[in-house]
Amino acid sequence: MLKYLIEKEFKQLRRNSFLPRMIIMFPLMILLFIPLAANFEVKNINLEIIDHDHSRLSGQLIQKVSSSGYFILSGMTENYDVAMKSIEMDRSDALLVIPSGFERKLLREHSADVNISANAVNGTKGALGTSYLSAIILDFTAELNSLGNNSGTGIIPSVEILPRYRFNPYLRYPVFMVPALMVMLLTMICGFLPALNIVGEKEKGTLEQINVTPVKRFTLILSKLIPYWIIGFVVLTLCFIIARVVYSLSPAGSLLTIYVFASVFILGISGFGLVISNYGKTLQQAMFMMFFFIITFIFLSGLYTPVSSMEQWAQYFSLFVPLRYMIEVLRQVYLKGSQFSDLLIQLLALSGFALFFNAWAILSYRKSE
Amino acid sequence: MKQFIAFIKKEFHHIFRDTWTMIILLILPVLMLILFGYALSTEVKNVRVAIYDPSKDSLSEEIVRRLESSEYFTLSKILDSPFQIEEEFRRGDTGLIVLFSDNFYSSILRGEAQIQLMADGSDPNSAVTATNYASAIIARVLSDRLPAGQNSTATSSRINITTNLIYNPEMKSSYNFVPGVMGMVIMLICAMMTSISIAREKESGTMEILLVSPMKPLLIILSKAVPYFVLSCINLLTILLFAVFLLEVPIAGSMAALLTVSLIYIFVSLSIGLLISSVASSQVMALLLSGMALMMPAMYLSGMMFPIENMPLALQWFAQIIPAKWYIVAAKNIMIKGLGFSSILRELAVLSVMALVLITVSLKRFKLRLE
Repeated sequence: MLKYLIEKEFKQLRRNSFLPRMIIMFPLMILLFIPLAANFEVKNINLEIIDHDHSRLSGQLIQKVSSSGYFILSGMTENYDVAMKSIEMDRSDALLVIPSGFERKLLREHSADVNISANAVNGTKGALGTSYLSAIILDFTAELNSLGNNSGTGIIPSVEILPRYRFNPYLRYPVFMVPALMVMLLTMICGFLPALNIVGEKEKGTLEQINVTPVKRFTLILSKLIPYWIIGFVVLTLCFIIARVVYSLSPAGSLLTIYVFASVFILGISGFGLVISNYGKTLQQAMFMMFFFIITFIFLSGLYTPVSSMEQWAQYFSLFVPLRYMIEVLRQVYLKGSQFSDLLIQLLALSGFALFFNAWAILSYRKSE
Repeated sequence: MKQFIAFIKKEFHHIFRDTWTMIILLILPVLMLILFGYALSTEVKNVRVAIYDPSKDSLSEEIVRRLESSEYFTLSKILDSPFQIEEEFRRGDTGLIVLFSDNFYSSILRGEAQIQLMADGSDPNSAVTATNYASAIIARVLSDRLPAGQNSTATSSRINITTNLIYNPEMKSSYNFVPGVMGMVIMLICAMMTSISIAREKESGTMEILLVSPMKPLLIILSKAVPYFVLSCINLLTILLFAVFLLEVPIAGSMAALLTVSLIYIFVSLSIGLLISSVASSQVMALLLSGMALMMPAMYLSGMMFPIENMPLALQWFAQIIPAKWYIVAAKNIMIKGLGFSSILRELAVLSVMALVLITVSLKRFKLRLE
């Protein structure tokens, strides 16, 4: 019986001119474009400079700032209003003011002032921009001092601070995003499509015809699950290939681990979709419920911003988000080569979700109204 | 006109009858606002730190204490040997490992002491921020505790830096996100909902019935758009109320300018919805089209989450044709920067042209289909 039901699902899928193409195109689009756009890195900060001093030292400072690689000199002016206008219009992000007497005070009194103003509508960008700029200015002072003190003998007590970046030494953003985007894709395809499935048959009336046959609820739900399970594996494999070819990214751990976890995760998220589908009366309704949950899931999963940086209540909430565990698994296996034994908590959580949602899907399916 | 109003009433009934969709339509904006305002923060804090400190002298312990008491870090583990580093990263969510060199304090005077900050670079943003914070804290401890160099006479110069974060001195991430959520939600309700509700009538065959009624086809389509227009206006107001009173995001500039640009943007979104429904023959197709061709780019390329200027040039160009991008810039200028009409002339012009082009194209396409 199950065999025929699954055969029917695949026939329905194939007859649809749009779905199969989408199952291939969607991962391609997401994995090719999103990693290019999803980048929190702060660089190319447009800097406006007001130099009232016009001295050798102020010139050197400007030279140092503009050659640092973080800043693009968007303009030099003497007029504060002009500079502010430029920030207002988003032509520049930050403003460095060097007051007159800068060189004289620095040489005679060993102390001079500068002022930095940054557009902080995007708080992170504003803060990072000012801290980069401050660091460059401090560096500039240190150079000045070491030039002045080069006659000094003896060793200055010092500690060398060495930052090192494990797993992603060049800090490439795609390395971070691509594995997590695979989870998002699985969720969209293996979650959304089942959510539209039962409700779609309800709306068309074809579900009635199945309901009058002796098919058991369990068998029916299984027949709905298995196709998405298979589709999920196809999508995942496609993702692996794209990651390898486009981003030369292959997992440090084993692909098998990922497939095992994915098989549990897909069952869970498809089960969730089926639950929604059982409760929904129209396609539109099911879709919006799904949309609602998936947006919440994605934002709380740590895909974009680390869970540990969220408010405490949001961190508790994220414990109930299946995506969170799967994203941890993919990032850990891809980047750190984690093995099964490192991921037992995630396995437990994902299995729990899969059991819970599918049991619910079976129980909430009603053959008669 | 009477007929038109009757049709609009019918559409309202359609929406109100479906309680769940109604609730979601009204709650979704608020939910997104709360998620963006509280859950999503590009700030990095509570990074879990593990320490390897073989010498455990007073200075290294002072550094550990100061790291621990900062809000950015949580001390998670003391390692006994450097061989545990790999395992620590692989198993847990340790973000940073601080490794002191042997005989830390005594080697300082010879200038040989080292602190390695080994960060989990898989998340580049967190890794860089964590190492920056840690370096700053360590530098402060060192400058407090170490003599300023035996040989340094008082000749070292200083540049005093005063910084000032304009528009958002407290660096609230909601200042950045709220205009983005507005752009998103309006697009969602207007474009997605309209396109699907028209596709639904086509799919179920009821469109045929509507079309044989004495109403002009154009008015039938418009009557379907009106309820979503009203819903969007309600959503716009809820978002603004929640933003101002819950998230304390100001509307510093001209309210009239904000409403004008919002209305134009709602028109743009509605016409996109009409365009999609003229192409899509089924609800699923309308959903996927509006999901893929509309929501995805609007989410990623509008500058709502990720800065556009970081993207490759081709994507930056592509971002220019996304209406949400222009709307978000305008909303930020008015709400956060407190500017007036004159600051958003360009955005108003671009959105108006988009509205005109889109509505012309979509109505043309509709006529063709209705032959």
